[in-house]
Amino acid sequence: MVENRPWLNVLTHLVLVVGVIVIAFPVYLAVIASTHDEGAFLRGVVPLLPGPHLLDNYGQMLSQGMSTSGAPPLTLMLANSLVMAIAIAVAKIAISIISAYAIVYFRFPLRTLAFWTIFITLMLPVEVRIIPTFKVVADLGLLNSYAGLTIPLIASATATFLFRQFFLTVPDELMEAARVDGAGPMKFFRDILLPLSRTNMAALFVILFIYGWMQYLWPLLVTTDTKFYTVVMGIKRMAAVADADPQWNLVMAAVVLAMLPPVLIVVFMQRLFVKGLVETEK
Amino acid sequence: MAAIELSGVKKTYPGGIEVIHGLDLAIADGEMVVLVGPSGCGKSTLLRMIAGLETITDGTISIGGAVVNRREPAERDVAMVFQNYALYPHMTVRGNLEYGLRNRGTPRAEIDARVEAAARTLEIAPFLDRKPRQLSGGQRQRVAMGRAIVRQPKAFLFDEPLSNLDAKLRGQMRIEIRRLQRALGTTSVYVTHDQLEAMTLADRLVVMNGGHIEQVGKPTELYDRPASLFVAGFIGSPPMNLIDIETLRALTGAAFPPSLPVGTDIVGIRPDAIMMGPAGGGDISISGVVELIEPVGGESHLYVRVAGLDQAMVIVAQGRSVLSETGRLDFSLPVAALHPFSRATGKRLR
Amino acid sequence: MQTKRTIFPNRWLPYGLLAPQLAITLVFFIWPALQAVKSSFEREDPFGFKTTFIWFGNYAKLLADPLYLNSLWRTLIFAVLVTAIAMGVSLILAVAVNRLLRSGRVYTTLLVWPYAVAPVVAGILWWFMFNPSIGILSYLLGQLGVTWNHRVNADQAMILIVLAASWKQISYNFLFFVAGLQSVPASLSEAAAIDGAGPFKRFWTIVVPLLSPTTFFLLIVNINYAMFDTFGVIDATTSGGPAQSTNILVYKVYADGFLGLNIGSSAAQSVLLMLIVIILIVVQFRFVERRVQY
Repeated sequence: MVENRPWLNVLTHLVLVVGVIVIAFPVYLAVIASTHDEGAFLRGVVPLLPGPHLLDNYGQMLSQGMSTSGAPPLTLMLANSLVMAIAIAVAKIAISIISAYAIVYFRFPLRTLAFWTIFITLMLPVEVRIIPTFKVVADLGLLNSYAGLTIPLIASATATFLFRQFFLTVPDELMEAARVDGAGPMKFFRDILLPLSRTNMAALFVILFIYGWMQYLWPLLVTTDTKFYTVVMGIKRMAAVADADPQWNLVMAAVVLAMLPPVLIVVFMQRLFVKGLVETEK
Repeated sequence: MAAIELSGVKKTYPGGIEVIHGLDLAIADGEMVVLVGPSGCGKSTLLRMIAGLETITDGTISIGGAVVNRREPAERDVAMVFQNYALYPHMTVRGNLEYGLRNRGTPRAEIDARVEAAARTLEIAPFLDRKPRQLSGGQRQRVAMGRAIVRQPKAFLFDEPLSNLDAKLRGQMRIEIRRLQRALGTTSVYVTHDQLEAMTLADRLVVMNGGHIEQVGKPTELYDRPASLFVAGFIGSPPMNLIDIETLRALTGAAFPPSLPVGTDIVGIRPDAIMMGPAGGGDISISGVVELIEPVGGESHLYVRVAGLDQAMVIVAQGRSVLSETGRLDFSLPVAALHPFSRATGKRLR
Repeated sequence: MQTKRTIFPNRWLPYGLLAPQLAITLVFFIWPALQAVKSSFEREDPFGFKTTFIWFGNYAKLLADPLYLNSLWRTLIFAVLVTAIAMGVSLILAVAVNRLLRSGRVYTTLLVWPYAVAPVVAGILWWFMFNPSIGILSYLLGQLGVTWNHRVNADQAMILIVLAASWKQISYNFLFFVAGLQSVPASLSEAAAIDGAGPFKRFWTIVVPLLSPTTFFLLIVNINYAMFDTFGVIDATTSGGPAQSTNILVYKVYADGFLGLNIGSSAAQSVLLMLIVIILIVVQFRFVERRVQY
């Protein structure tokens, strides 16, 4: 800080407080709405202060779900989301770190082609190849399965590039020393490279977990069986019904539960989260 | 322990650039050979070929009588000390020392004994449970040494191991490496660009230039009888004065000493072989103007501008110089101390 | 392309290591993309018995279709507004946080979490606030004499999706702006202060120019976000309506292909979208070329 101007400091805090309020307000409303009963929404405007029905609403959503929407209890959907997010994050990290290892530590015919093939995935987001990808998954019989939910999403150029960048900063001599010490390629990978990549893997896990949790379009396409609904796509179904038969308290309870896991991760693993975000975009 | 033999060794990089041009060298069992030369001369590449980290394009390398061209580094049973130490950052010092032994399936008790002994020799026992980043540069260097000696390999390969240390520590470690190598009697190849390190460590010195060996010999031999202009200029500090013989003749007006061989184009003289004062008995007298005096403690380096010479001559004078800069100086070149060279071949004559 | 100075000599191992990634890429990315390109040149008869190769017929029809041109135009408006709002607000917040020392971290935590909110959830939150019958914001607007109903009013529908999409993206931009601001050396600001520049002048003449790489990077990322990652926002709020007014390209591909089952047209739309992504990626990587070497 070059100088101290009191009015500028006041303005700074003012801007930030307003910012925080604007950012938080939609979620505040959702939390409040989830603590009332249905009657609270009949008076024309939503309540702004907490009500007494928090436990009822969350209890009902977790155990039974919203009967009118045809969606299963939230516990099942949350579990599905958890499975999907963890599977995607772990699998992406696993296949990316070994492909980066191959590209950096070996020289072989078609290496450059392999690299560019991985690079191309950046240019093909699922949104632009919806129907043919859906067809492939259907032909492979993967509709309504965890495999269908996760496998098509686990190719990752960004994760591969992140590990590649990191491996390039690992001193060459480390691998040479390991070879002189009698370590072959898999031993070097397991004993030296993997432990050195721990922080990067953790940071990437945070980002990819959030990515997996937020998936919407893909689960919407490949699951018709409610057993495989994820929470993010499930609440959209409930909200659509709530528009006609307003059970806002229950929908908002589901919204809060759907937001909570990834938001908690961001808040409590902020350092890793920021590292992961900044590094994957380099 | 083992002898190392290189014969007709060539290295060509993909793309056709040849960096080692058919090189022969025999290193005796227990010997410490230092490869020295300017950067890019191929000395590190050669060392890495012995280690098995670079492929050998042509020729053979054998260690302990067996040709190792196609063997993995680990199968060659050599240990290497790297310039940046290459310690495994996530392992403790102990882990670093043990890693090579564990990979070889050495029994636990044996590993412990060897680590113990190495830690004692190198005085790193107090740090065994620390991570490399908690150590100073000198301590890391010792750990790198330790990792080599616990292996009890056929040969040590050193790749500029001291160049990341400050001057004082470098001097200490140099002595320690020498002592250790003598005590263990392990065949060693040591690469450096520092000629002081080269001179003091080597049983035999190999001067390399542009992928060739310029000269091999004891350090004093190389100093006393450099085989080429390159070695003459590279070994010795301050470097040898090299003077064109025609210029020298014009300068002194003297008929030239018949003792020099026919075909001498350039003569060299070490700065410490030059005598102060005018010559007697057939030596060559020169006079010049003192441009700069560098007092380096026990001796002084005089830079003397001589009319007709492109470069100032360097003279090492014992003790403190009483001369003043810009003063005139008479000095003489003893004929017996002149090194005759041919310009065309760059080689020593005689 | 870079590798290590020394490499492992194994001949088959690298292929094994690359196999899972490449298999998934080929099966779920490259092959479907090629299928999309193929179908974009074909017409399927209504019963799906026969496909005819019709060259650029689908493209010609698409580019002459007022609905598609409308979607293009709506996408442009949407992307520009989202990018401008999300970047503008986050820059102000980042500059403010950057002025603070300790309390900055608390504000950062309070500002970054919407990154973890799924677009579809962001859509539901804003849809709830603007709900014509019970929404708090539509109620307040009603008090001010504005009748809010995004189900019939096209402009209001656009405002709704722009707000929801921007709200979610602010935290991302904010983090990158903070990182960018922190990499501007304090000594430069101090030198400018000694040269007599006040705080606002310093910001415009020193900080803004040095921040331009971050700004440019975010510009591309935000356009990309607005065009492709906002599917959930649209699906949760307006479903492209009313009267196609919020039917942006990526939603239209889905609606035409998946709901409308017009395979040829949807494939042609996919290919055009791919071209847009490719252009964005190329621009982005040309720009980061200096930082990253491939």
